[in-house]
Amino acid sequence: MKKLGIGFFLGFLIAGILCMLFDMTSWMGFIVDSLAFGAVFVYGSTGEILTEKAGHLNLGVPGIMCMGGAGGCYVINEAVKSGASPMMIVILGILGALVASMLCGLLYSFITVTLRGNQNVTGLALTIFGVGLSKVIMSLSTVSSELYLGANDGPKMFFRWPFDQPLTFTQLTRFGVMFFLAIAIAMAAGWVLFRTRVGLNLRAVGENPATADAAGINVTRYKYLATCIGSGISGLGGLYYIMDYMQSPEAYKTIEALGWMSVALVIFALWRPPLTIVGSAVFGILFSCSDFISHLEWIQTNMITKYLLQMLPYAVTILVLIITSIKGKKENQPPASLGLSYFREER
Amino acid sequence: MTEKKRGGEGREPLIHLSKRAAIPFWHAWLIRIAAVALGMVACGLVAYLLSDKLQNGKKTLSDFYETFITGSFGSERKLWKFLKDVAVLLCISLALVPAFKMRFWNIGGEGQTLVSVLGAVAVAFYLQDQENIPEWLLLLLMCLGALVSGAIWALIPALFRAKWGTNETLFTLMMNYVATYLVSLMLIVWIPNGQTSLGTLKRGALRSVTEQVINKNDFKDFIVDYIPIILIAIILSALLFIYLRYTKHGYEISVVGESINTARYIGINEKKVIIRTMLLSGMLCGIAGFLIAAGLDQTVNVDSAQGYGFTGIMVAWLGKFNPLIMLLTAGIIQLLDHGAAQISKDFNVRGAFPEVIVGIILFFIIGSEFFINYQVHFRKFRKKTGKEAVQ
Repeated sequence: MKKLGIGFFLGFLIAGILCMLFDMTSWMGFIVDSLAFGAVFVYGSTGEILTEKAGHLNLGVPGIMCMGGAGGCYVINEAVKSGASPMMIVILGILGALVASMLCGLLYSFITVTLRGNQNVTGLALTIFGVGLSKVIMSLSTVSSELYLGANDGPKMFFRWPFDQPLTFTQLTRFGVMFFLAIAIAMAAGWVLFRTRVGLNLRAVGENPATADAAGINVTRYKYLATCIGSGISGLGGLYYIMDYMQSPEAYKTIEALGWMSVALVIFALWRPPLTIVGSAVFGILFSCSDFISHLEWIQTNMITKYLLQMLPYAVTILVLIITSIKGKKENQPPASLGLSYFREER
Repeated sequence: MTEKKRGGEGREPLIHLSKRAAIPFWHAWLIRIAAVALGMVACGLVAYLLSDKLQNGKKTLSDFYETFITGSFGSERKLWKFLKDVAVLLCISLALVPAFKMRFWNIGGEGQTLVSVLGAVAVAFYLQDQENIPEWLLLLLMCLGALVSGAIWALIPALFRAKWGTNETLFTLMMNYVATYLVSLMLIVWIPNGQTSLGTLKRGALRSVTEQVINKNDFKDFIVDYIPIILIAIILSALLFIYLRYTKHGYEISVVGESINTARYIGINEKKVIIRTMLLSGMLCGIAGFLIAAGLDQTVNVDSAQGYGFTGIMVAWLGKFNPLIMLLTAGIIQLLDHGAAQISKDFNVRGAFPEVIVGIILFFIIGSEFFINYQVHFRKFRKKTGKEAVQ
């Protein structure tokens, strides 16, 4: 799978260079757009991997992403009203998204870790709650979208730094600071999980909390921290999708499906955060290909093929699920105690 | 290590948990009722934050709680609509129960129902111009179409789970989205040029049968529509209760759910049980889909299942997978939903307020299970702490 990842990465690089050389702007735009879209999944599934490595299957990720987006937008609205500088607006927005989604994560971990509630049901309840509350919050926002996105000298500049100046390849302006943040977070999460003592302890908690407890690891603290930090990362995905990728305050309505895809992508990435980058790029391509192909002149398409192509990401996820389960390699399996509550006195 | 230093040798922790052996039936329900009551208080707080009418004093908090009742029982029409919604939700959550009982986390009830609606509508769509087919036969064929399509949608994940242990949670979830796009695709095929929606079917309405059984002049129009759905839901929950509790199949489902090793040891073919149970699950979704298609909507769109596939999971879990208790839990969820919908109208709360209310109450109920399963002991404050305290 690692080879596959490197292969995909090289493929992207070569494709990008070819596009630049032969000036195929539509293809370039397609690849850039897919990558930019994929960053939503990078956030969502990196956060979910951290949570799952602590043994908690958080099905509340769609709700958390909605809440992250709504919280960030709310803060940005307030910041715009109070006339903060563009850079402050972006920073405050990211902080707002972090706080809102971490609060959701805290709620989830309080119910599942401390109160030992059923994780599936808690997660679904959190999704219902988060999606609903985010809609309520977003309907309270009154600032128009042009105010903070349309103007070129607005905070959009900071979301799109450092490619905000039109270069030779104008498509590159799609990449902004939050896109690079997504990749940095995924790489950092991979490093922490597999190269540090903290990561080792966290994985131990997810595999067998009783053993980890006996070894002197504070299981509750690890579970809380992993869930909250993971939720915070997932929530950033919601903000990125609304403010950077879609640039439309209406975008919050479509986050839920992306949240579910992020949960599925965890399996695609085999619980390795860096691999989410590859998986997200593939998902991004699958999602945008129906639009792209219908614009190609040499392919005849109609509405039926469009819907068939839109089915593709979900169908591919199912295929990957089946293939990984058939291969059944030990290192590609979920953490052993995923979904189970831990109570020290239980035998 | 660090904890020991901070806590000091031999200090008893402030809070200590132990598992309860058993709890009297009424005690457990008292805890749940208290949780719902606390949840309602929290809902009141949230509503106060969101509604300017509450803050201005145009409405009071007692109005708020009253609206929960009037939202569902305010008029005859509301009452029947409430009963109908409970029945549809109950049907879908009943469909999930057999799968959940054997720890097969089928969160694809949404997709299975949607595909069933599609199947029923497909039969009616292609046969509606065949005048020689009597109405009852058409309805029967629609039901068959719904059952088969629901069963297929449930069977696909079940086969892979039985054969290779593929994760069924995500599989069924993805099947929901595939179902959504399948519906969009079929609508493109069916909708004639120049129109935006499918419109209602010419034939294949459940009420044509109902009207022959009861005198339609005695009842209001919508009651004729709703009565068969409510009756079928009640009959289904009774049948499923008997199936799960008193038949060999039901026993096998419980054993596979409790311990897969025990099931193997006593000679239960767990693959067969998984496939058989999911077939049943899908067919029950099929019945729900048929009721929606023939009894209510007379059409299909991507929102035909209304998110009940997900809400149904809550209903099933809150009802302890017991079809009779689920009558109650489906009622509670719909009561909250209708009440909150009424509140967002009356109290000027925009957005998806019902979902927030349902979410809050669910959190409280899920949390209350902890106090049923565990006992919390606080450290006793003795005068001589330290050496004699138990470690």
